Amino acid sequence: MDKIKITIDNKPITGRAGMTVLEAAKMAGIYIPTLCYHPALTPFGACRLCITEIEGMRGFPTSCTTPVNDGMVIKTNTPQLQELRRGILELTITDHPYSCITCPTNGRCELQKVAANIGMKEITLPYIYKKRPTYRNDPFFDRDYNMCILCGRCVRICHEVRGATAITFTQRGIKTVIGTAFGRPLQESGCQFCGACVDACPTGALTERAREWAGLADRDVVTTCPYCGVGCQLSLQLKKNRIIEVLPHEKNEVNRGQVCVKGRFGITEFVYHPQRLTTPLIKRNGKLTEASWDEALNLVTSRLANYHKDEVAIIASAKCTNEENYVTQKFGRAVLGTNNIDHCARLCHSPTVAGLARVFGSGAMTNSIHDIGEAACILIIGTNTSESHPVTALEVLKAVRRGAKLIIINPREIELVRFADLWLRPRLGTDVPLLMGMARTIVDENLMDQAFITERCENFDAFKKSLQNFTLDTVTQITGVPKDKISEAAHIYATNKPASLLFAMGITQHSHGTDNVLAIANLAMLTGNIGSPGSGVNPLRGQNNVQGACDMGSLPNVFPGYQQTTNETVRQKFEAAWDVSLNPTQGLTLTEIFDAAHHKRIKAIHLIGENPILSDPDANHVRKALETLEFLVVQDIFLSETARLADVVLPSASFVERDGTFTNTERRVQRVRKVIEPIGASRPDWWIICQIARGMGGKGFDFENPSQIMDEIAHLTPIYGGINYRRLQKGGLQWPCPTPDHLGTPILHTQLFTRGKGRFTPLQYRPSAELPDKTYPLVLTTGRRLFHFHTGTMTRKVKGLNTLLNEGLVEINPIDADALGIVDGDILKVISRRGEVPAKARVTEWSPAGVVYMDFHFAESSTNILTNTALDLVAKIPELKACAVRIEKSHHR
Amino acid sequence: MSLHEQLALVLAPYRGEKGATIPALQAVQKALGYLPEEAISETAKSLCLSENEIYGVATFYAHFRFEKEGEHMVRICSGTACHVRGSPRIVETLEEKLGIHSGETTKDHKFSLERIACFGSCALAPVMVVDKTIYGRMTTTKARQILDEYQDTK
Repeated sequence: MDKIKITIDNKPITGRAGMTVLEAAKMAGIYIPTLCYHPALTPFGACRLCITEIEGMRGFPTSCTTPVNDGMVIKTNTPQLQELRRGILELTITDHPYSCITCPTNGRCELQKVAANIGMKEITLPYIYKKRPTYRNDPFFDRDYNMCILCGRCVRICHEVRGATAITFTQRGIKTVIGTAFGRPLQESGCQFCGACVDACPTGALTERAREWAGLADRDVVTTCPYCGVGCQLSLQLKKNRIIEVLPHEKNEVNRGQVCVKGRFGITEFVYHPQRLTTPLIKRNGKLTEASWDEALNLVTSRLANYHKDEVAIIASAKCTNEENYVTQKFGRAVLGTNNIDHCARLCHSPTVAGLARVFGSGAMTNSIHDIGEAACILIIGTNTSESHPVTALEVLKAVRRGAKLIIINPREIELVRFADLWLRPRLGTDVPLLMGMARTIVDENLMDQAFITERCENFDAFKKSLQNFTLDTVTQITGVPKDKISEAAHIYATNKPASLLFAMGITQHSHGTDNVLAIANLAMLTGNIGSPGSGVNPLRGQNNVQGACDMGSLPNVFPGYQQTTNETVRQKFEAAWDVSLNPTQGLTLTEIFDAAHHKRIKAIHLIGENPILSDPDANHVRKALETLEFLVVQDIFLSETARLADVVLPSASFVERDGTFTNTERRVQRVRKVIEPIGASRPDWWIICQIARGMGGKGFDFENPSQIMDEIAHLTPIYGGINYRRLQKGGLQWPCPTPDHLGTPILHTQLFTRGKGRFTPLQYRPSAELPDKTYPLVLTTGRRLFHFHTGTMTRKVKGLNTLLNEGLVEINPIDADALGIVDGDILKVISRRGEVPAKARVTEWSPAGVVYMDFHFAESSTNILTNTALDLVAKIPELKACAVRIEKSHHR
Repeated sequence: MSLHEQLALVLAPYRGEKGATIPALQAVQKALGYLPEEAISETAKSLCLSENEIYGVATFYAHFRFEKEGEHMVRICSGTACHVRGSPRIVETLEEKLGIHSGETTKDHKFSLERIACFGSCALAPVMVVDKTIYGRMTTTKARQILDEYQDTK
């Protein structure tokens, strides 16, 4: 980068080309007052406070909009500048109430800071009260536009960074006010309630209601968000050891000052919720009653000891830390003697892990989240990124603003379609033919990366032969996507390099989920889009630590670091380290565990932090299986629907009450930090597991803290070999990180694929297991919504999130709705071969005709009673994304 | 033709175009005479923008109106010459007579009242313009009488 030498206030400074004078000054620690400047936004030059004197330039250039030039001599603080600034600021303050002591932002207000710096001696102009509207009825934050100085930071962050465009400047001149179309409430304006505007506001115009009168924080701690797999870094604001506010952390590689509504506003309330479990519970006479830790632990150890190793199973948790997952699988393997360990990854990305491990050698996201912003083309298939991974979607928007092409493949009209160059709307479950059709176009028109294929891949000829079955005519017939659109998508993807490919559950949760993943891998290899910045095959992982739970071996076939349990050498290594002999047979998967429980082959389950009654397919079957068990232990922070069935419930500490690490979707291991003491008698999950393991005579569970556990993980897990808490103090590390001096791996497969050569896979089309018919004429597909997370155990405790959405909706196309005489808001019965659930109708064109969509957040409309358990043969993932249903109007509820 | 169909027709040339907000809004206003809520939302959809963005642009320009224009548009000049010759009193009088503020339309949609900057007929100050007819050297009495005439002729 070009170095540029300038002088600011007689201080020589070296800047970079493209920097503004303001940025150079900030870098050198020179303060220039600003109000409309925000580091995440393009320069605006509206507040006029950052004016400077620059030799050879006329007037007083604003430093935020003036790029640095070699040899520039700049003054930022002359008496004349300060006098001008006083005049400008006086105009701003004239219609801003200066009753600071009654303002919730007192002490945190940038206007105050700027005024203090400039030194306002007097305000000569008469004060004008603007009589602007105030809004206090939307969830989470208040808007008082009398405090607004029209710096536009809220509007610009909403447009430039979040893409929500929920607020804007309305009217003109003295009447200008920030608002929505027709002054509608934010809830009707497309607001995502991410809080970016509140964080950007320099004054008290936008304030978080819950913290308004909490005063100033006395310390802040950085930790990792407990919701989705993006792994946003949060800055917890504490006062007298109580969390008063959760802010996005600025200086990190993941979220860079942004966060979604759940992370920003959805944490404090669940942490301090009165329904938190504060004491162990034991079922006596069919009722859960309070018990002491000794009682509960004794009961668990004595009962679990009675079962044969093939009669017990552990359901681990993608919400728990790496350290907790490590001790959990160690407890299962070394103490209980079983490999029957699995967790919800089975229901999300098991086809990704199985498929990509087979053809690339590693099942994780190949590139980093930030890398997506560098792409020239982004293909988004089977992910509603802005609702399920909101902060990842911001990188997509960034790339689009830089001119990247965006292709969306989704039967539903998702939010990102608005920004797309091309939207393909295939029939549900026809991804393999569609992707093969694109591949065929690329091969037929010779758009592939021949050098990449020859040098780095294998089995291309067999794959090419399998393309014969996928002429565009056939593909159009199967998928319903017009030929020219398939061809256009192929062209865009193949000719705009680097191209990044994002996918999630829409790809994996099918009975042909692994084939879908392989089709994606084929397409990326065909165009050479692996191993370089801005490219890659990027599965977006759902849970905060689903990547880590897999890495830690909470799976039936692998030890930590994907080391096969069936491999003799590997097993000997762990036997030596743990000083036990280990079971060589592969364990049961999650879906198989419930089947085995149903048939009384599994008699006891130890379940940690999951809620399978709502999250797993054919929920009635799961409930029966759990009821059939002789002994069920559940560790959770709340009494979830599943915990109610337990014989013993052990209260877990929440993520702010324990130390540990989460590994996010881009393989980045990040710290989780204890900031408050556990609520009541709750305890961290690693402590609980270690107590039980020790009680059953297990050796090697004497950890004093999670840092010691991580040291053991690093010792036994090559991909985590260089990771320890001292290093993580400075920020996250992306595995593989084999040695203490290794800097981590942002991009996989740069020189060679992990397995050596990337392998093309010939594919066939297999339809979904359950297709619509006369009795069940519609297809049901499922997913998540922005305002809730999974089974709602945490988010449904948050009042504001419930205001935004508090019931299960079934989205239905107007064509189907008309045919059935359904109008928006009707209560419907959705019926499949496995059961029926009530839900409210939302008539919308977001759903294509013939398809209905439901989320699975609400126990009252437990969608997974309907879903199908048909499994993918390789990954054993059930077909959650497609099953046949019919809809009836319900006359009562 | 329903409003929805009419909007679809008017907006067709602008669909998916970048930088077409103002021409699209002008076309809609030309066709409908004003910008109803539905027009804002359809324009937003056509241009892949949010309603808020369209509304922000539309409220910035005095040219765009959100209410249906009255049958007769009454404009009072507020330029310097007219101002010193008493146009504020004429505005007051007509506001009182019609029961609306300037910038608004009467409930029966008979009259819209607007203040404009300079009409360019300063020699005739104060000036009132009804539809396309110019009335010079206005007084409050004359202004009332003229509106009465418009009121009576349908």
